[in-house]
Amino acid sequence: MSLTAARPAPTNAPFDVEAVRRDFPILTRLVHEKPGRPGKPLVYLDSAASAQKPRQVIDAMREFLETDYANVHRGVHFLSQRATDAYEAVRDKVAKFLNAPSRETIVFTRNATEAFNLVAQSFGRAFFQPGDEVVVSAMEHHANLVPWQILRTQAGIVLKIVPVLDDGSLDMDALAGLLGPRVRLVAVTHASNVLGTVNPAREITRLAHAKGIPVLFDGSQAAVHMPVDVQAIDADFYIMTGHKLYGPTGIGVLYGKKEHLDRMPPYQGGGDMIQTVTFEETTFREAPYRFEAGTPPIMEGIGLGAAIDYVTGIGMGAIQAHENRLLAHATERLSAIDGLRIIGTAPGKAAIVSFTIEGVHPHDIGTFVDRAGVAIRVGRHCAEPLMDRFGVGATARASFAMYNTEAEADALADAVKAVKEFFG
Amino acid sequence: MFDDLRDLYQEVILDHGKNPRNFGKPDEFNRHARGDNPMCGDKIAVYLLLDQDGTVRDARFDGRGCAISQASASLMTEILKGKTAAEAEALFGHFHDMCTKDDDQHGDHGHLDEEALEKLQVLSGVREFPMRVKCATLAWHTMHAAMHGEEKTSTE
Repeated sequence: MSLTAARPAPTNAPFDVEAVRRDFPILTRLVHEKPGRPGKPLVYLDSAASAQKPRQVIDAMREFLETDYANVHRGVHFLSQRATDAYEAVRDKVAKFLNAPSRETIVFTRNATEAFNLVAQSFGRAFFQPGDEVVVSAMEHHANLVPWQILRTQAGIVLKIVPVLDDGSLDMDALAGLLGPRVRLVAVTHASNVLGTVNPAREITRLAHAKGIPVLFDGSQAAVHMPVDVQAIDADFYIMTGHKLYGPTGIGVLYGKKEHLDRMPPYQGGGDMIQTVTFEETTFREAPYRFEAGTPPIMEGIGLGAAIDYVTGIGMGAIQAHENRLLAHATERLSAIDGLRIIGTAPGKAAIVSFTIEGVHPHDIGTFVDRAGVAIRVGRHCAEPLMDRFGVGATARASFAMYNTEAEADALADAVKAVKEFFG
Repeated sequence: MFDDLRDLYQEVILDHGKNPRNFGKPDEFNRHARGDNPMCGDKIAVYLLLDQDGTVRDARFDGRGCAISQASASLMTEILKGKTAAEAEALFGHFHDMCTKDDDQHGDHGHLDEEALEKLQVLSGVREFPMRVKCATLAWHTMHAAMHGEEKTSTE
């Protein structure tokens, strides 16, 4: 079909960052141009918030809209079949990407946040009793905290929090200690969006499963930075999002073990998720379709498929190795700056560097480095309890992606040094 | 590297940001509110002491935030002393316009203290930085909440 007309995904050749950069049109633009003043090259270090898109993803979505678009799962006509085939093929790609055992374990959602809410409102509301416990960690994104707080109000569950150690790693002893008889779910991030910490997923499932407790992982960051194998880590649920994986916004993924999904009630009602509907009674489709009410994010699914083709063509291992080099370099450069404190130094962390500078607020750092063309995130990073844990109101965060270079890490360090000098 | 940031980060702002005036919770106050900017994590509290006829006898603040929000809060507390509640609100209206609108779009806020206006002018650079307007206005929003007996305000 015409999707193959998009430029071929790169093959598993040695990692070539310049070749990768050529695939991302936005990386050639300048920022802060003004009449009489040349712009600065964009140094995009905010991929943990949202990654930029390669031409392969942009082309795949455009070509799909131009040649094969129709609603899916409905029509008998030519385009409907084409669109359905293309969209459902992405389910297979996602399953393969996460090494899920079957396509039926992959649920499409609008984003990662919706996937958390789905598990809380379906799995949680159906199976948790008042007094039952959900264990989360102190390093969770609000997306893996607030849905459980809402469930707490609705269903009387109790939230237990695993603390974070000074280097940003999870307190595994405390986690083991929290796994009491009332715990119904452990819901923790696979990699922290603030600290970069990669949590020991297999160890967590081993501890929890020994007590018969299922485990949900927030893979929003991890799935972008490293190969993920949901069977190897024995995840019960694994959540990821398209837009951080160089794909479009508007699509997320929930992987769930079949044994869980098959007994979970629907999350939202509507078209596409039903078998038969009468005014008296409605029966629902099997998983995963039961959880996909309404017209799905079709174009976004096509984009996610193209993004997965793109990263797997390069190889998640190769991407991880490249990012680790960047992380080491950036850490070395930033650490050399007097008064700079890196928050999150756990061994084996992903390429995310949160930091503060003595005497300069992160928000000011952000405005200044932006003027040098360097885009970073500043603030609480949707992880307010974690800010409290480290005694900071906010941090500056540089997050690295496959298209970043050591020279860009240098640009960050130089800009940060200049900020520090400005504020004296 | 940062020449065009000098309009925003003027010496006065850097000074007030680094050495905020009227900083710290006072022993005596009769109006107060907490302000929160969830986007960047700034949190401040404003404490006012109003006398019988509604004149601000003392204004203080504490909390943490960026140079812009700290400087704005510091300047505000200096300006508020001796002003009536109505004058304070009018200055807030002017300040908000200054941070968000072109000069010809400003509303009529009545007669305002010239010295106060001059002082506030150093923050007018924020107009070119829409993402930073909330930093500059947080203290004023919080002052407004305190005047109206609201415990907590947010600039989101």
